[in-house]
Amino acid sequence: MKAPTIDYLAFAPILATLGGSLLVIAFALARASFVQRVVLPGLALVSIAVAAAFAVITWETGDQTTIIEGALAVDALALGFSLLVYAAGIGAIALSLRSEIARDAGRGEYYALLLASITGMTILVAAENLVTLFVGFELLSIPLYVMCAAAVRDERSLESGLKYLIVGSVGSATLLYGLAMIYGATGSTDFAGISAAIGTGVDATDPLLLSGIALAITGLAFKASVAPFHQWTPDVYEGAPTPVTAFMAVATKIAAFGVILRLFDDALLSTQLQWGPALAALCWVTIIVGNVGAIGQSSLKRMLAWSGVAQAGYLLAGIVVGTRLGAEAVFFYLAVYLLMNIAAFAVVIARERVSEHGDGLRSLERLGEASPWLAWPMTIAMLGLAGFPLTAGFFGKFQLINATVSGSYESLAIAIVIGSMISLAYYLRVIAVMWMSPREIEIPAAPGRASRKVRPAEGWSPEAGAAAQPEVTAVAVLCAVLVLAIGIFPDPLFDVARDVGSSLAGFL
Amino acid sequence: MTIHLSIVIFLPLAAALIGVLLGGRAVRWAAVLGSLGVLGYAVAMLIDFDSSSGALQYVTDDAWIPQLGIRWSLGLDGLNLLLVALTALLWFAATVGAAFLGVTRIEERPKLFFFQLALAQSAVLGAFLAQDLAVFVFFFDLMLVPFYFLIGAWGRGERVAATTKLVIYTLVGSLLMLAGAIALGVLSTPSGGQISFSLAELAQRPLPEGTQLWIFVLFALAFLVKMPAFPLHGWMPDGYRAAPLAVLIVFSAVVSKVAAYGFLRIVLPTMPEAALHFQDLMLILAVLSIVYGSALAFSSDDTRLVLGYSSVAQLGFITLGIFSLTDLGAQGALMQMVNHGLVVAALFLIVGLLAARAGGSESLDDMGGIASRAPVLAALFLIASLASLAMPGSPNFVGELLILFGTLESQIVFGVLACSGVAMAAVYMIRMYQRAMHNGIGAGVESREICRGELALLAPLVAVIIALGIYPQFALGRSEATVLGKVAAVEQLRVPVSGGVILPGAQIPEGVPGTPGAPLGPQDPAREPTAP
Repeated sequence: MKAPTIDYLAFAPILATLGGSLLVIAFALARASFVQRVVLPGLALVSIAVAAAFAVITWETGDQTTIIEGALAVDALALGFSLLVYAAGIGAIALSLRSEIARDAGRGEYYALLLASITGMTILVAAENLVTLFVGFELLSIPLYVMCAAAVRDERSLESGLKYLIVGSVGSATLLYGLAMIYGATGSTDFAGISAAIGTGVDATDPLLLSGIALAITGLAFKASVAPFHQWTPDVYEGAPTPVTAFMAVATKIAAFGVILRLFDDALLSTQLQWGPALAALCWVTIIVGNVGAIGQSSLKRMLAWSGVAQAGYLLAGIVVGTRLGAEAVFFYLAVYLLMNIAAFAVVIARERVSEHGDGLRSLERLGEASPWLAWPMTIAMLGLAGFPLTAGFFGKFQLINATVSGSYESLAIAIVIGSMISLAYYLRVIAVMWMSPREIEIPAAPGRASRKVRPAEGWSPEAGAAAQPEVTAVAVLCAVLVLAIGIFPDPLFDVARDVGSSLAGFL
Repeated sequence: MTIHLSIVIFLPLAAALIGVLLGGRAVRWAAVLGSLGVLGYAVAMLIDFDSSSGALQYVTDDAWIPQLGIRWSLGLDGLNLLLVALTALLWFAATVGAAFLGVTRIEERPKLFFFQLALAQSAVLGAFLAQDLAVFVFFFDLMLVPFYFLIGAWGRGERVAATTKLVIYTLVGSLLMLAGAIALGVLSTPSGGQISFSLAELAQRPLPEGTQLWIFVLFALAFLVKMPAFPLHGWMPDGYRAAPLAVLIVFSAVVSKVAAYGFLRIVLPTMPEAALHFQDLMLILAVLSIVYGSALAFSSDDTRLVLGYSSVAQLGFITLGIFSLTDLGAQGALMQMVNHGLVVAALFLIVGLLAARAGGSESLDDMGGIASRAPVLAALFLIASLASLAMPGSPNFVGELLILFGTLESQIVFGVLACSGVAMAAVYMIRMYQRAMHNGIGAGVESREICRGELALLAPLVAVIIALGIYPQFALGRSEATVLGKVAAVEQLRVPVSGGVILPGAQIPEGVPGTPGAPLGPQDPAREPTAP
């Protein structure tokens, strides 16, 4: 038996994060504080940066090939989604720097797991083969189960990890079953082979194939938190340590939609008439359920979890239409979604470390006066998620609606619009708390004295200020600035999205 | 190709940003200078404007987002010239009032306030000047963000609930319009053609009538909520009560006009068949707004709400004029947009002055006898009230007359019904004037004359009202050539429907080039023989 030849330059991004993961574990054996606090996160950052650099170099050459006997694709789609994952990873590391969780769980293990999960995601979005797909899917998931439970002294974190493990395993099993059926129907694990088989030997309405597709959708829907497979999302997001939540909310969604895009809009595109209506129904349900669920949440993490469900619904609309415009819209929206969510989670992290209200909505009270460097990013993130102009979210929604109308799914455009309307109720509430809370606070009644209202003294405790956590503030501000910049000049990102869309060959 | 209009749009924002960086008193000065700069530009453009041409002037047309077919396309014509001037004037008044004259006291966070006020002005100017549908939608939605902050952070009473309600109501409309605008662009693209949102291009690519109908509904909802028109005005009372006065002046006077302007600029030229199809429905809504607004205006004791509901009625008149789908009606509607903006801004300023004299209360119950020692204030109030009820000699008289002429010409039933609105306006405005200024002196009332700063703010507005009343041709002459072109698309459709009884087709080509910038007078006789 002959081993497959490997193009190591094209494989380098995946090797970089994988190697980084092993290096981090090895260095973690040194217990010196300097190594633990500086070297390990530094190494993790460097390995991601190297991977990103290799990805950019490969992208620049513009080749569209597959490597390792067709197991992995090296094209703009894989590289574009990988770069988004890397960005999310860098954000997560920056947000974890001062976190107690990394220390509790062991910094070496924490960063190694993070890098392993990133590796899984990049494999997943590059998968050209059902087997590689599943390998990537599991490599993505297993480290995340552990990371959710990283706050070992916090019961909620342990519960969150366990819940994610159980639900995630059900999702994986369903996906695997579905992939097996697709293989059974088409006789090929290769995406190109599947696509070719459906046109020639296999009928598009073959029951075995359709059951396989249905099960695969279900499995992937668990990961992308598409309703009705989203129930775990709020609980797990709330319980998990916030930097992990931020990473999970953003990177997992990117990876899941990357693979959905490749599987459905490439391998299974010729059965679009069969799965299109089903996914459209899921899209409607997800948008409504996510947005309604987010109303009335007092925990910011839960609110962002539900909002993430709703955003998954918007993204699904771009998949359903099965056009190049749809694929471009999905990529554009994911990039924007990444920035807005990292900004929001960074602010949540900054506040929960100092506020008595934890991640509650009230932790943001009067933040506009107390630390505008945190309040503005949060405001921009919320306005962006709601789709207001001047933020990138506006053009994200614009492009998605454009794709749905062009793809003759006008009903999904209406779904996006209705969802956005409902979403105002909770996004605006966050802004109101930051900028419009009453200036007086009530002092509870002491014995013999009535309760009274006083103006709080100006100035906050030193650790509450933005300067005390410069890296968190920097992440939030950087993301917010990018959201605004893309909101005014979206051209460059549209160019990238067009490049990504063009790597899916199946579109008319 | 000029850069002037881009400068006009971004001048307030840039000035406010400089103010924010400098801090201190400079915040106020920068905001005032920014709005003064826009006012200067507006006056220069009023003078320089070529009234004989119906075409766009000072055109800017650059690529913005080529992938989406969106162009940075701006232009000025008879339709938006006066509205831009109105925006410039009232924003200057509101900014000066908030910065130095205490119309609204801004003690907390002045940087944020003046920044948001300037952002709002930039957004409104952008919406008025946009000649690309996507740019219009962009600015139309953007307008909400600053007002959300301005009302929510500096308002009174239940300000957060009020501003949330306002934003949700109006953004629901805006989002529907966003979907409608994209659909309009996508569906009108000929197969293989390049997508375009340019208004001129869209008017050349008519959609099938069935598609026009549902897109029209999306646009109409957005505009009717923003106005507000009768069944969709739910956000208005709370929003008007909560808003700080300086913000309310520009909000009620200018923002509602963006919606009415949207009908003339976008809906009639791009969806003429749908406009004709829904004409009766829109006229019914207009008449209902007039009747409902008037009835509530004379049963309300809160002076803000009297003006708020009177605005609902006035915007009903404007809708009536637009959907009479005649040249006269559209001319009158445009005239009335400017008049109502001027008058309602003056009246809201006066409400602030009255409240200062009635112990801070804005209720008519607490007022009375304020005229006793304030003859100048009373005179200014009287002039503004009489203008509001369309007294002959006021510009509103000309505007409402044109609207009614236009409506009677095409839809006589609605015209007759609307005439009742004129009578009701007299009732509620005179009631408000009387109860505030005359009657017995209220318990907490301390009558004193208008002070110099307040006079400097109010007198110019009243002077403009009087000037327009004496010489309405200033406004009509500049808008005529363009307005005729906007209604022409619908009129051409109507000829077969009305069997040539009203407006024979032959008149339209004659009307457009034949009366360039000609005063209204000569045009009327030309119409007279054909109308009966």
